[in-house]
Amino acid sequence: MGDPHLGFIVAAYAVTVAVIAVLIGWILLDGRRLKRQLARLEARGYGGRRARAGGGK
Amino acid sequence: MANVSTASQSPIQSLANPTRFVALADRLLPWLIALTVALFAVGLYLSFFEAPADYQQGQTVRIMFVHVPAAWIGMFAYVVMASAALGNLVWKHPLADVAAKAAAPIGAVFTLICLVTGSLWGRPMWGAWWVWDARLTSMLVLFLMYLGLIALWHTIEDPIRAGRIASVLILVGVINIPIIKFSVDWWYTLHQPASVFRFDGPTIHVTMLIPLLVMAAAFMALFAVLHLLSMKNEILRRRIRAIGMRAAYEGRRGGA
Repeated sequence: MGDPHLGFIVAAYAVTVAVIAVLIGWILLDGRRLKRQLARLEARGYGGRRARAGGGK
Repeated sequence: MANVSTASQSPIQSLANPTRFVALADRLLPWLIALTVALFAVGLYLSFFEAPADYQQGQTVRIMFVHVPAAWIGMFAYVVMASAALGNLVWKHPLADVAAKAAAPIGAVFTLICLVTGSLWGRPMWGAWWVWDARLTSMLVLFLMYLGLIALWHTIEDPIRAGRIASVLILVGVINIPIIKFSVDWWYTLHQPASVFRFDGPTIHVTMLIPLLVMAAAFMALFAVLHLLSMKNEILRRRIRAIGMRAAYEGRRGGA
């Protein structure tokens, strides 16, 4: 693929991969952070099945 | 009684239950992820090893295989948001606002990829990184609209109120989608005219069309995966907010 514009092609694919990787990482980290937050609240007796059945704390 | 009401629900009504939606998303996601990986593997192979170089553009035409699908998904995400906005305003579907909010950052990212790869394609072909041409400008407007909507959702704390205002703005902004699509026909632009979705059929050669369509399917599958994951996150965020508010209320009542 000896092309005078090879740098532009590589840059286009690299930017695409990098931006999508950041988006995937952000969504996964956000999900993990939210799950931890929910688990902390449930551990304190808020939310979850037990709290719903017993009406909170 | 509860079983009777559940049994009489339509599939759409049944999906309105966030817990049921999350369970369905969890079942779908492994298959969708596998499909996305497979489509990207085939699409990238076809794009680099099967599609020929263009007789005028040479190898640079390979930028098309990421630029065009990114543009399509950038616009598709907005159409998803507009449908969700309608669902939120007209039918008050509980997941409609969640779907709209979750699609915005993903749509913004694909639009950004379209703008950057377009610029990287334009420089060697047109001799310019950017021109204020109708297609490019309307795509930039779409990107700015995404940013504005994301900012709006972050500015208003009450998600229901934010969702209603955002829905109205989304529906006003949907006018930009046909403008983007037909900008190359309505105005004299440097950007090439449509070569795939045309009334008289695609003008692009099949050796380039097939890799392009496979890459578009891969991008679409990726969008579906990311949208489902983001919707799950948003449902969780709202659940945490509701629990937090209940906890604060109970704390205040206990303290009084």
